Amino acid sequence: MTLEYILLLFFAGLIPLAYAAFFLGRRKAETDLDRGYRLNSPPSFYGWYVIVWMFLPAIGVSAVFAVLHMAGILSVPAPVVLVGVLALVAAAGGLALHRVRASLRARKIVEDVIRWLLFIATCISVFTTVGIVLSVVFEAVKFFNMVSLWEFLTGTTWSPGSAFLEGAGRGGEQSSKAEFGSVPIFAGTFMITFIAMCVALPVGLFSAIFMSEYAGRNLRGVAKPALEVLAGIPTVVYGFFAAITVSPFIVYIAETLGLEAAYTNALSPGIVMGIMIIPFISSLSDDVISSIPQSLREGSFALGTTRSETIKHVVLPAAFPGIVSAFLLGVSRALGETMIVVMAAGLRPNLAWNPLEGMTTVTVRIVDALTGDLAFDSAETLSAFALGLTLLVVTLMLNIVSSIVIRRFKQQYEM
Amino acid sequence: MDHASLKSTRMRYRRERRFKIYCATALVLAGVFLVVFFSDIVSKGYTAFWQAQIKVEVSYTQDVKELPFLAVGEDVSNLISRAWFRKLPRKLNEHPELIGTTRTEWVLADGAVDQYLKDKPNGLKKKQKTLADRLRSRDRTRLAFNTYFFTQGDSKLPESSGIFSAAVGTIYVMIVTMAFSLPTGVLTAIYLEEFASDNWLTRAIEVNINNLAAIPSILYGLLGLAIFINYVGIPRSSALAGGLTLGLMSLPVIIISSRAALRSVPDSIREAAFGVGASRWQVVSHHVLPMSLPGILTGSIIALAQAMGETAPLLIVGMMAFIPEAPSGFTDAATVMPAQIYTWSSAALRPYAERTAAAILVLLAVLILLNLTAVLLRKRYERTW
Repeated sequence: MTLEYILLLFFAGLIPLAYAAFFLGRRKAETDLDRGYRLNSPPSFYGWYVIVWMFLPAIGVSAVFAVLHMAGILSVPAPVVLVGVLALVAAAGGLALHRVRASLRARKIVEDVIRWLLFIATCISVFTTVGIVLSVVFEAVKFFNMVSLWEFLTGTTWSPGSAFLEGAGRGGEQSSKAEFGSVPIFAGTFMITFIAMCVALPVGLFSAIFMSEYAGRNLRGVAKPALEVLAGIPTVVYGFFAAITVSPFIVYIAETLGLEAAYTNALSPGIVMGIMIIPFISSLSDDVISSIPQSLREGSFALGTTRSETIKHVVLPAAFPGIVSAFLLGVSRALGETMIVVMAAGLRPNLAWNPLEGMTTVTVRIVDALTGDLAFDSAETLSAFALGLTLLVVTLMLNIVSSIVIRRFKQQYEM
Repeated sequence: MDHASLKSTRMRYRRERRFKIYCATALVLAGVFLVVFFSDIVSKGYTAFWQAQIKVEVSYTQDVKELPFLAVGEDVSNLISRAWFRKLPRKLNEHPELIGTTRTEWVLADGAVDQYLKDKPNGLKKKQKTLADRLRSRDRTRLAFNTYFFTQGDSKLPESSGIFSAAVGTIYVMIVTMAFSLPTGVLTAIYLEEFASDNWLTRAIEVNINNLAAIPSILYGLLGLAIFINYVGIPRSSALAGGLTLGLMSLPVIIISSRAALRSVPDSIREAAFGVGASRWQVVSHHVLPMSLPGILTGSIIALAQAMGETAPLLIVGMMAFIPEAPSGFTDAATVMPAQIYTWSSAALRPYAERTAAAILVLLAVLILLNLTAVLLRKRYERTW
């Protein structure tokens, strides 16, 4: 009996039951209405009342069994649970039906349950955050028990090479010790992010200026959706483009210039990532620039300035906080971007200034450590969570700073 | 006007023109990227929709069941795909009446022959090349529509590999994702917009949701691995694990767009409903929700398209396995289109490159279709109050 089959039975049993409960509850209320009693709520709420009281105890009991099963304390066979829960549903439904009468404040009760349901749904997003933080922190703590935080943050060699041998109990065989110094990984990440922002910021910002200050309605109507298409392309597709087209092209250009470039150079994923971030920067800056009050521009024109002078001396300084916030969000995007770098950047951590050399990033190391065949508690696998933790902290900080900046900006112009 | 100020005015106008050109260049550059990108993918991928076939005399003898290679002449047998040979014994078991007959059939060519006939780099030996040329000159080769690509799963032989199992996997994953995130997201949006009072808890939840939207997707993969797989015990690589991970990821997108849709319904509607004695839930379910449904739907389709193109968290929960057969349930090992693209793009054999690009074209077509639906939906049902 598979899990899917049991679930199917469960729902096949519950849906007719719920249907019947609803009609019985409503019928009972309607009978009272016919007898001349004044109903407290519309009749269908009595039906819902019965459904609610039918299912709440059943859901509670199933949840308890599920938790007990997962914790390994008590394992009841699934068919037994199924039959038990269905019996409970029937009993609770009968009791609820018995309680239905004209004076019952069914609407209030159902409404309160709905309110709780909505609140629980809202809490799921909070649980997600907590879950991300906890899952990353727990494993990262295990990692920092093996490798000191100081060594992780300041070490310049990343060679987990023999960590898996130690995990297999053969640590002594290889003389090289596993080292987890993350500086070269962060250097690679910042290099690629820097290249990406060098592409995305000017192109994105200037196209936003053109669209909001110069372009007519028609051009805007074409250019904006075109940029949105750019934003809708999956990152794995960008990664393929970077690895198959851009990297060989850069190697070719470098060779004709007499330079040496690796196929896993940092330039190619950087440029493609920049292209990916262009629509992000341009739409955020476009929003900000369009929200600058027209009176500021008109005041400036009245002094006899040209359009570009108005943009440079009035619009851009006014929009500056918004542009900074767009830039920070773009950086946070670039830091966390995975597929482009996994496909086009290198695997080998490399501390270098030359963007034509192969480099690796935080996200590449995370994917590499977690998609291999290593034991889950080996230092290399756990290092992925330590890297994930740093990524989480940095992106959260960038987001918070950027949202503070944009809130100040919005207050200034009373948006 | 004196000469000096005239000169400076001219300079300022020149500067104005230059600035405008810079701005236009930026936009043109973005457009050029788009054009280069699409033409590059199309030019790499369109050939994969046709597949080389060779016309050969197939003699179905009893021996073919054990030694399928005997079915065709020894000279052409190394131009024919091993995938075709592998299927011969089963074909003979299903159609025993074929035994003893000889027929002329178009059969699937080997991947290298396929690449050679498409004038692409290939690993054919000189002898095979001359043979292929001879067959071509006698019209015994053709490029037929590639049905394998749409009906087969992944394969170690490029010529018989397809996107079918990945597409089925994507459908399974998307069902889980939407079944989780659509109700949860809409309920959350309703709570925050219509029910919650403005206190510190609500504000904290709002900040939290905005931050969730900006967390890198790969961290959702770490969450899925640590909680869904290691803690709850959902099978690795299953559509359930991937779908739930993506569901959590698209939750903030759906919440934010649904809230915007709910907010766009004017308060006068709510007040009118309250005025005739409706309860809060009645106001929402009878009036506000139906009116904001097109907006919610648009946002959900966009979230769906985003989740469909996502790869990184799925790699972490193991959805890049080699899956030749389409999954038949939510707990079976599955792969999805983007993950299939990723695995093919790192495959060593040449013919996979064009299949990668072709799979990208199929994925992009689906995504553009989804986004277009969202745009049309918004246009059709957009209401200004």
